Amino acid sequence: MTTTETVTRAEYCAIACADIFAGAGEIMASPMATLPQIGARLAKLTTEPDLLITDGEALILADVPALGAKAPIEGWMPFRKVFDVVASGRRHVVMGANQIDRYGNQNLSAFGPLQQPTRQMFGVRGAPGNTINHATSYWVGKHSSRVFVDTVDIVSGVGYDKVDPENPAYRFLHIARVVTNLGVFDFGGPGHSFRALSLHPGVEAATVAENTSFEVAGLDEAGVTREPTAEELRLIREVIDPKGLRDREVAL
Amino acid sequence: MRDKRMSLDDVVGELRSGMTIGLGGWGSRRKPMALVRAILRSDVKDLTVVTYGGPDLGLLCSAGKVKKAYYGFVSLDSAPFYDPWFAKVRTGGEIVAREMDEGMIKCGLEAAAARLPFLPIRAGLGSAVVDFWEGELKTVTSPYPGPDGTETLIAMPALNLDAAFVHLNIGDKHGNAGYQGVDPYFDDLYCMAAERRYVSVEKIVETEQLVKEVPLQQLLLNRMMVDGIVEAPNGAHFTLAGDSYGRDEKFQRHYAESAKDPETWQAFVDRFLSGSEDEYQAAVQKFAQEQA
Repeated sequence: MTTTETVTRAEYCAIACADIFAGAGEIMASPMATLPQIGARLAKLTTEPDLLITDGEALILADVPALGAKAPIEGWMPFRKVFDVVASGRRHVVMGANQIDRYGNQNLSAFGPLQQPTRQMFGVRGAPGNTINHATSYWVGKHSSRVFVDTVDIVSGVGYDKVDPENPAYRFLHIARVVTNLGVFDFGGPGHSFRALSLHPGVEAATVAENTSFEVAGLDEAGVTREPTAEELRLIREVIDPKGLRDREVAL
Repeated sequence: MRDKRMSLDDVVGELRSGMTIGLGGWGSRRKPMALVRAILRSDVKDLTVVTYGGPDLGLLCSAGKVKKAYYGFVSLDSAPFYDPWFAKVRTGGEIVAREMDEGMIKCGLEAAAARLPFLPIRAGLGSAVVDFWEGELKTVTSPYPGPDGTETLIAMPALNLDAAFVHLNIGDKHGNAGYQGVDPYFDDLYCMAAERRYVSVEKIVETEQLVKEVPLQQLLLNRMMVDGIVEAPNGAHFTLAGDSYGRDEKFQRHYAESAKDPETWQAFVDRFLSGSEDEYQAAVQKFAQEQA
């Protein structure tokens, strides 16, 4: 049951999210939504056994339980310690984005002017500190031109065009990946711009172009997202997400 | 040793309009909600609020108590996630927003606690945080050149508080207090950053019992960090309070739903917020019975 026909779009997203952590080693993974959570747990069970994962609250999990299930713990990570980890750089966060632009600036704060927005969301949260301190990736469950915009309203996560080359304080900025329901991207295009690495099976380049407000580099050269192995599919379906929560974040 | 027990209204009686207050907890977790409700009953206004924000800030905004807010986020931590009253005053342009990275709040409280004018932090560089602060936020250049050159960092100003409000699980009458649950949040820092420090607790016990009931590492506040202590059972409601109780999700949804319309909000205020804390708790019990 591991043929391409039976692999869902959500499962391609899950392995793409796992691949975000390839080579991460002994650092803390902070996935902020269901698919990145599946990805981090899958990475820990396959290529990255040294990864630290938490219950989303203050406990570091010793085991890799199903989403939402309890598990033995190996340590304690209250919010205050999270900020220490952020500053130390031993972390890779996968955040969501209400808006993201071609250089990786991200907005999850509000739409409209700073002091009188038209729509209020969370505020910038930890995005400025995450992006300036350690590896950051983004997960977008519905790739659209409303998310991938020319200019974000409020820069929460810092993009590559904001880097001051004279100031070494920016040297840790590293936006590793953007995984969406359509494909896998990075910022390896001209001038650290948005570039397609692979499109999920069945996704046309034209669909990505239509759903992105700016030009996507490498779209014609992009390959197809790799197939999951039989073991990865088993882990996703039976161990990490037996309830199928992944299908609520990605249709198809 | 002094007996520092006070009533909620005594505490708020020491506040003045225009003060800067810090509210402990995080999002919709272990918030000093009984003290917030006491502020709603008072005529104090034009407050500047420093918070890891949740419905504490939302409720203060609903009553027009807030002039300026220093925050990294405002979240209900569960659906519908966005606080309705914070959204309303922000989209109405009714408060001055000093939005910042979450880590910057910790940094600013640490500076205040250590009586420093600022502490350097990398967070904020390159982001809209600098614009949010409209010139209030400066940078500092390191006096120590590094291998890659000289770093310029955000100079996070001390978040000096006139008063801090926190809610813990258990304390004694002298102001020693501990948390029971997985996270201390930043409640000790808020107290250390403030001129006047007030803690509400689920229960006040004898000192001997306090130190027996709480592992030593969870005795977050000692009495020199506290000016007044209030026994306020269910005082974090409707936010969670560690091992004492979870978030009242039904009530929080009712809060968010009620805020959508002036009539339903007035009904919410009449039912829950127009009386004393005891009347609030009785109305909450009745609400829970109806929902069961």
